[in-house]
Amino acid sequence: MGYPHEPHERETVVLSEHFGDPAARTYDGWVDRGGYRALEKALGMEPQAVIDEVKASGLRGRGGAGFPAGVKWDFMPKQKTRPHYLCCNADESEPGTFKDREIMRWTPHALIEGCAIAAHAIRAEVVYVYIRGEFTEAIAVMQHALDEAYTKGVLGRSAMGSGTSIDIFIHRGAGAYICGEETALMNSIEGKRGNPRIRPPFPAAFGVFGMPTTINNVETLTSVLHIINRGAEWYKSLSLSNPKSTGTKLMSVCGHVAKPGNYEITMGFPMKELIYDLCGGMRPGRTLKAVIPGGSSVPVLNREEAENCVLDYEGCVAAGTMLGSGGMIVFDDSADMVYQMMRIAKFYAHESCAQCTQCREGTAWMVRILQKILSGRGAIGDLDLLLDVGEMMTGKTICVLSDSCAAPVGSAVRKFRGEFEAYIKGARQPAVALV
Amino acid sequence: MHEASTHESVFTGKRRARLDEIMKRYPTKQAALLPALWMVQEAQGWVSDVAMAEVAEVLELTPAYVKGVVTFYTMYHQHPVGTYFIQVCTTTPCNLCGAEGVTEAFLRHTGCGELGSTSEDGKYTVIEVECLGACGFPTPVLINDDFIENVTPETVADILERYG
Repeated sequence: MGYPHEPHERETVVLSEHFGDPAARTYDGWVDRGGYRALEKALGMEPQAVIDEVKASGLRGRGGAGFPAGVKWDFMPKQKTRPHYLCCNADESEPGTFKDREIMRWTPHALIEGCAIAAHAIRAEVVYVYIRGEFTEAIAVMQHALDEAYTKGVLGRSAMGSGTSIDIFIHRGAGAYICGEETALMNSIEGKRGNPRIRPPFPAAFGVFGMPTTINNVETLTSVLHIINRGAEWYKSLSLSNPKSTGTKLMSVCGHVAKPGNYEITMGFPMKELIYDLCGGMRPGRTLKAVIPGGSSVPVLNREEAENCVLDYEGCVAAGTMLGSGGMIVFDDSADMVYQMMRIAKFYAHESCAQCTQCREGTAWMVRILQKILSGRGAIGDLDLLLDVGEMMTGKTICVLSDSCAAPVGSAVRKFRGEFEAYIKGARQPAVALV
Repeated sequence: MHEASTHESVFTGKRRARLDEIMKRYPTKQAALLPALWMVQEAQGWVSDVAMAEVAEVLELTPAYVKGVVTFYTMYHQHPVGTYFIQVCTTTPCNLCGAEGVTEAFLRHTGCGELGSTSEDGKYTVIEVECLGACGFPTPVLINDDFIENVTPETVADILERYG
């Protein structure tokens, strides 16, 4: 199930080249497909040279923040006086995003290879791959691949015979979205509640177990091996719009499109073509209403904005939203934006770690106000109240979970105000009963 | 409250050896807490207070600390659940594609009645879960460790045949 589609001719197939090919999951299959050559090459390079290559490629974090990966690695201490750690963030939980799961279940050795290259670059001997607890299949596939990698001498005391020690361990999460936030992830590895930490100190100075640490997303680390294999110049050339956004991006497209799935595009690809050409457009008889492009945590785009949006970091900002993790939720004209915003707010209220008042109370208040509107008992003033609560939730907390709830809800109130008013004015039948 | 008398130690024999092996991965004993709790749940189906106390002793933590961690993470069951624990994703992307109908179908076919309660025969518990991370394959459902994609209200009865 979930077998990937045949790549569309307009996809740029790099990370997804072997999706759907069970043989690529095995060590022998991976080596037959050119696997572990990048690691061998990297292990023969000075760590700084690996960092410089990744820096030159322009690769930016694929988990959501878009921070340059090589720059992040460069923050790690150059003189190693204490253990260094790499954490791979495989806690993929952002609604709309399902790309890391495909990487892990189809090309587990690609992730292992990327992790090992990064570990060498930042001089980390231990890598923790933090996989969300619900990804039972991905965990099993990754564990099998790790066992193979140890047996074949890829990992361990002398990785590929290089004399460099690299260990990779899976750490299974247990159902907390917030553990995808990097400091919460580190706390969770340490056996603590997954509460985000106040920064500074930053992870490169005081990370997991108080040691210098880098945290990278699955897609980011998997991209690294292709940069080492084919060079920074090649990677940089994969850019259709803005030179600050390079490489390919796995876009997870879900919701009301005819063919949902993961599509690998070159940075700068038009959203309109992704939706109408690659994904086969909307379901029959339906028209596009809205898109949330970066996982549910970013502002909603209306049809016009979506059809003019360029899919890279700058293009999404110019459209008033963010590329985020690349999890595109597509809504057609049948979607009830008020109800869906209530579901989104409910998600964040459920996942708030409850440390910060603005988040704990704000997310819950948003759910209650939206349910009141949906029940037909809302007042026009509730719309301003939603915006006001959203403002109080933005930029005021330890992490951005609170902001992530306020962004979609606030933008929907502004862009689809008529739908909210229809419930308030009684022009629309109540969709929920208030208890 | 007869838990104490019926509790069998989790960390003896092979499981203790396995936990010792896991502890080597981390510089602190505390870091083995999440893996240890998973082992408890695997062995006993849920994480009781007595089991938490045992974990605390093995990892040199306090029972209160362990409980604090258990209650943070939604996947650790603090009460016994049905033989088959069914989690239906109903977050926005799946919701758009009819996930609520899938939840209703599971509740109806299992006889659970309402979310979170266990059917009278002890076989099933159905809950709504927030985003399972398989939004392109709506509706994903997790039954114990089996991850099932593209579930529709019409396919629920057939799926449950396999979990009788």
